[in-house]
Amino acid sequence: MTTLHMVNKSPFERNAMKSCLAHALEGDGVILFEDGVYGAVKGSAVTGDIQGKAGAVKVYVLGPDLAARGIADGRLIEGIKVVDYPGFVDLVTSHERTQSWL
Amino acid sequence: MSVAKKFLYVNRKAPYGTIYALESLEVVLIGAAFDQNVSLAFLDDGVFQLAKGQDTKGLGVKNFSPTFRALGDYGVTKLYVEKESLAERGLTEDDLMPVTYEDENDGFAEKPSLIFVDRAELARVMRDQDVVLSF
Amino acid sequence: MAYTVNGTTVEHDEEGYLTDLNEWNEDIALEIAKAQNLEMNEERWEVVNFLRNYYDEYQVAPAIRVLTKALAKTMGPEKGNNKYLYELFPYGPAKQACMIAGLPKPTGCV
Repeated sequence: MTTLHMVNKSPFERNAMKSCLAHALEGDGVILFEDGVYGAVKGSAVTGDIQGKAGAVKVYVLGPDLAARGIADGRLIEGIKVVDYPGFVDLVTSHERTQSWL
Repeated sequence: MSVAKKFLYVNRKAPYGTIYALESLEVVLIGAAFDQNVSLAFLDDGVFQLAKGQDTKGLGVKNFSPTFRALGDYGVTKLYVEKESLAERGLTEDDLMPVTYEDENDGFAEKPSLIFVDRAELARVMRDQDVVLSF
Repeated sequence: MAYTVNGTTVEHDEEGYLTDLNEWNEDIALEIAKAQNLEMNEERWEVVNFLRNYYDEYQVAPAIRVLTKALAKTMGPEKGNNKYLYELFPYGPAKQACMIAGLPKPTGCV
């Protein structure tokens, strides 16, 4: 009974990603897209929030949103998986429910 | 015959700075007509929606906080409030307005609708839903 | 668009709901009822006053099933049912009675 959590706001502007990670349970997925992808970059003030959940929660990031913002895959936090749009849809269907963090 | 699904409305925004809180409440009222199992969660800035003593006369916008007290009439009797979100904002349970419902199955006894839960409990409540709607 | 009552005009929307609920008074209620081809009697006033009190307390007009339940509780089952309310307000009790009560159109209800 897992949830796909969806975060589309920058973690530097809002607490959506932080609150999401604090409520995600073992086996849940988190997809970062739109401005949410800034949370996927290593070496930032919020990197630790994601690393703290490594293992329990699987984190995904939407590739086209990374590319649009000039973020190369090499700058991502270890363990984060890049997905394309069909991959995003697959994630939605492979979890029991979705929950947006606005 | 369809089985009633569990719907959770997640409220994470303060009441008057954006339209989210009012929109959420309106959707809850409309959705309540469909006889589903509806509950609400208040976390992060969403807890401010339940603050006591709201008065919007000076703003010229509607104070919709009394409407939370009508939810019991609509069969919505579970409003989960996250304790950590209150504490982070310097609030206690006493800073929130009382919200109650009349239990038809118990001689219309008045019972509290607010359920104070910690973060871990709320995470489990969220995972227990069929549908989670975010505002 | 406006109702004219005792020489003053009160704005309403295209369906007939008052633009400003603070402008409501009993004479205006009579005028709205007339526009709806309804004659106000004790039973209709009872429902209209109930709606006004409910709105005053909760800032929302009750949905029809909430209205019937509440009326059944306060005035008895012979008044708290759909048939009774539709006889009083044939075009939808919550909708038509709310209009006469000067309240906004109820959210998602008849």
